[in-house]
Amino acid sequence: MMWRFGLVESTFAPMLTSHWALAAVLCLPLLFGALAAIFPPKRMWPVALACVPILVAGLYLLIDTLQADLLRWQWEFSGVSIAFRLNGLSILLLLLTQWLGAAAALYTPGLLRISEPERFARWLWPLIGTVISALSLAWLATDLLTLYIALEMMGLAAVAMLLLSGKVAALQAGMRYLLLTLVGSLAYLLGVALVVGYWGQLDLAGLAQVMEPGPVAWMAAALMGAGLALKAALFPLHGWLSPVHASAWTPVSALHAGLVVKASLFVLLQLWSLLLPDTFWAPRLIAWMGMLAIVWGGLIAWRAESLKTLVASSTVAQLGYLMVVFPLLIGPDISPLARALAWEGFWLQLMGHALAKAAMFMAAGNLILATGETTLKGLAGTSRRLPLSLLVFGVASVTLMGLPPSAGFTAKWLLLHAMVVSQQWLAVAALLVGTLLTAAYIFRFFRYSFMETAPRQRYQPLAPGMDMIALCLALAAFVLGLLAHFPLELLQGGSA
Amino acid sequence: MNAAWLPLTAIAASLLAAVIIFTLPEDARRLRTSINLLAAVIKITLVALMVGRVVQGDEAIFSFQIVGNIDFVLRADALGVMFAGLSSVLWLCTTVYAIGYLEGTANRKRFFGFFSLCVASTLGIALAGNLFTFLIFYEMLTLSTYPLVVHSGTDKALKAGRVYLRYTLTAGVVLLFGVVLLYSFTGEHSFASERGLGDYLGDHRALLTFIFALLVGGFAVKAAMVPLHGWLPRAMVAPAPVSALLHAVAVVKAGAFGILRIIYDLYGIELSVELGVTTALAVAACITIIYGSLRAIAQQELKPRLAFSTISQVSYIVLGVSLFGPFGTIGALAHLLHQGLMKVTLFFCAGIYAEELGIHCIDEMNGAGKRMPLTSLAFTIGALGMIGLPPVAGFITKWYLGIGAIQAEMYWVVAVLVASSTLNAIYFLPIVHRLWFRVGPAHGHGTWPNEQRLGRLETHGWLLWPAVFTAFISLAAGLLAGLPFSPLDWATRVAVGEYLQ
Repeated sequence: MMWRFGLVESTFAPMLTSHWALAAVLCLPLLFGALAAIFPPKRMWPVALACVPILVAGLYLLIDTLQADLLRWQWEFSGVSIAFRLNGLSILLLLLTQWLGAAAALYTPGLLRISEPERFARWLWPLIGTVISALSLAWLATDLLTLYIALEMMGLAAVAMLLLSGKVAALQAGMRYLLLTLVGSLAYLLGVALVVGYWGQLDLAGLAQVMEPGPVAWMAAALMGAGLALKAALFPLHGWLSPVHASAWTPVSALHAGLVVKASLFVLLQLWSLLLPDTFWAPRLIAWMGMLAIVWGGLIAWRAESLKTLVASSTVAQLGYLMVVFPLLIGPDISPLARALAWEGFWLQLMGHALAKAAMFMAAGNLILATGETTLKGLAGTSRRLPLSLLVFGVASVTLMGLPPSAGFTAKWLLLHAMVVSQQWLAVAALLVGTLLTAAYIFRFFRYSFMETAPRQRYQPLAPGMDMIALCLALAAFVLGLLAHFPLELLQGGSA
Repeated sequence: MNAAWLPLTAIAASLLAAVIIFTLPEDARRLRTSINLLAAVIKITLVALMVGRVVQGDEAIFSFQIVGNIDFVLRADALGVMFAGLSSVLWLCTTVYAIGYLEGTANRKRFFGFFSLCVASTLGIALAGNLFTFLIFYEMLTLSTYPLVVHSGTDKALKAGRVYLRYTLTAGVVLLFGVVLLYSFTGEHSFASERGLGDYLGDHRALLTFIFALLVGGFAVKAAMVPLHGWLPRAMVAPAPVSALLHAVAVVKAGAFGILRIIYDLYGIELSVELGVTTALAVAACITIIYGSLRAIAQQELKPRLAFSTISQVSYIVLGVSLFGPFGTIGALAHLLHQGLMKVTLFFCAGIYAEELGIHCIDEMNGAGKRMPLTSLAFTIGALGMIGLPPVAGFITKWYLGIGAIQAEMYWVVAVLVASSTLNAIYFLPIVHRLWFRVGPAHGHGTWPNEQRLGRLETHGWLLWPAVFTAFISLAAGLLAGLPFSPLDWATRVAVGEYLQ
């Protein structure tokens, strides 16, 4: 598993321009975010202009990674060495972060223009910048401390973003989130302390060499796992997720559900494949929780009264799909074919879900913004008045349901194949039942939207581009599904 | 030369039409109409080109890699082109009809957008070169027909939509499971494979049978085989062009076509017979045929009667497939086309009666032949064809199916055919009798439920001509069955190809 995460030595020294690109990727979001706090952009074009250098730097790193398979930077500061690595997986996640972040940022000016002006609205910009920088750092980091810093930055910025909307409900949910994310960090930190105290290593690659399985490793893995599962809203630690999204601003929700919870999951998988490479029960425990998550999340979404709760609860169920894959990624006696398929399916599902969920939050936000209604019943009859927003919602939901031609479907195909090969029939059933449950709650909303008898609502025209950004994200999930070959080849790169 | 662009552009034509229609404003009626018709004509031309290539023994193939060993393959083989031809010709007719039918109603943009998507998926199903591609378009079809079924937005329509999704999405999941199982164990899912699955017979007999049951079970929902037919009569709340499309071209046929592909191009006929699955399928088909006809007799309204008739008629295709031998195959394939033509005619006419005269129930149809002679003539041709009377196309099918049954030494099938024809006559002839030989409002007795003068002719021309045209073709397909490119001729070509392999 170590090589899959790119935690090996690279013989290839990065070029000087790569250093600059790396610096741009990590620092520019922060810089532009701070700039935007001082001069809040009112239109889309300044935001677009700011996104360009960051995206270009990301693409430059992509080209570099394609050539070298694995990039590795290393610095020594007074005896402490810090290293970053960029392999196929981390560059994919980095690009995903950047493009999703750009979409969320582009969406924001229109939103702020239409909704009532808020005192704290300008502080949204540096927070978005912080979250993107922190996420980029999380994909790149190779030691426990940097990971901790990235997670902490990300978590605190996310809490602040959620508090910004200033409503009482948002404050309540935000404070609860703050409390839980701090508890999660604390558990993680305890795990780190245990590891450092016992093996004296922070560096993941170094740790992998000296680490031996035993009670200490289990203890550390359990502590870190619990903390990260709390941050990633893995079932049954998902209770804080829906209230947080119910009152948050749309781009914040898009970023949070699309990327922030995924980062904790990424770290969790990485640490466990390091600390518990051959454990039988731990990944199975996660998988069972995942099965429950699929059913439970689907049921809550099915019973949901408000659209945002529906979308947020669906995240719980979709994370369940990822949890179910754990026994195919970590553990003894997994056939190489199953492991390779599960590895590809896992990340494809994660990326497809990130794109689709962000698109769905935006579409839901557009519907709510345009009508002023938040409940499913209140949104009845939107099909005639807001066809485009509804279409975006539909396209995004195809990915969530895992129907073709979306990334969700291709991922589900890969995962099902892996599960059939390794004869995990319970997991197969969970995935298939999940499809039906997802369809049930998605079409419950559509049924309302097709009603023709609904009263005419207050109608607020949206800013230009707000639907289009969401549509692009939703269609990107389709393209990802049909051309899955290219990203997946990157994932398997560096296998030599 | 390999013309990869042909199948791709044929699908892209309707996909693009859908995208353009979605971006047009709701009131751009004229532009939308032209785009619809233009796309339909382009598609027919492209399919005609593909037919030409198949005649020359050259299949146009388009493919690209999705992931690992899974490719997205479009392949214009004889069987696929046959279904593609049916869907593209009937799409044009149905589009013309729908334009007339929906004139002045709301949400036409949404309707025509999803209508085009629906046809694009049907064409994709026809041309799919492997199960994975087939699955992509099959699910696309499910999703794109949902907005059409619930188009009117009434409570009843929304309920029908819910039932439709329950059936089809569950079937989709079962199908997906079957396909993944098959692919995981054999690595095989291409329709063009020469080897077939025969190699696995020795070790995996039970597994192969199980997978067959999953796949055919998944397809049987769309093909509306008893007891998986519940969604079809409920979906009758949809507008008439949708019913016509669902029944004659898209959904029901997609299911039947899937069964064809599984038996002919994936398992192979010999293997299917060896596994003994064809006999089971034949029994299921016969039960469906009889059950559908019996239920049809009990219906008092026109559209539900036609719906149960579809349930019965589509299973003729399945029955023909499950008879081992070339004649059964020819009958099945020809019926795929014949039934589409005849059923679309019947639904067009039912829609015309409902729009022009407000007729929904069968006992309101007295004397309609005098008021609307052309529509009633078209209806009569369709009905006679369904019963299987010469010279309409339906006769050819039943003839070939009968011969196939005798050759396969399954004499009970002949009895089923005879019984079914009798039942068909019992539920269609009274309608024909009412149309022509009963005295009704046209003769001064009583009034029509809701009469509207829609056009200078007996009804609006956009409604009338498609119905007359399809009725004419179903007559011609029977009369001129011996000519090249007739449905029978093409079915024979496909069957010969299958059996000579």
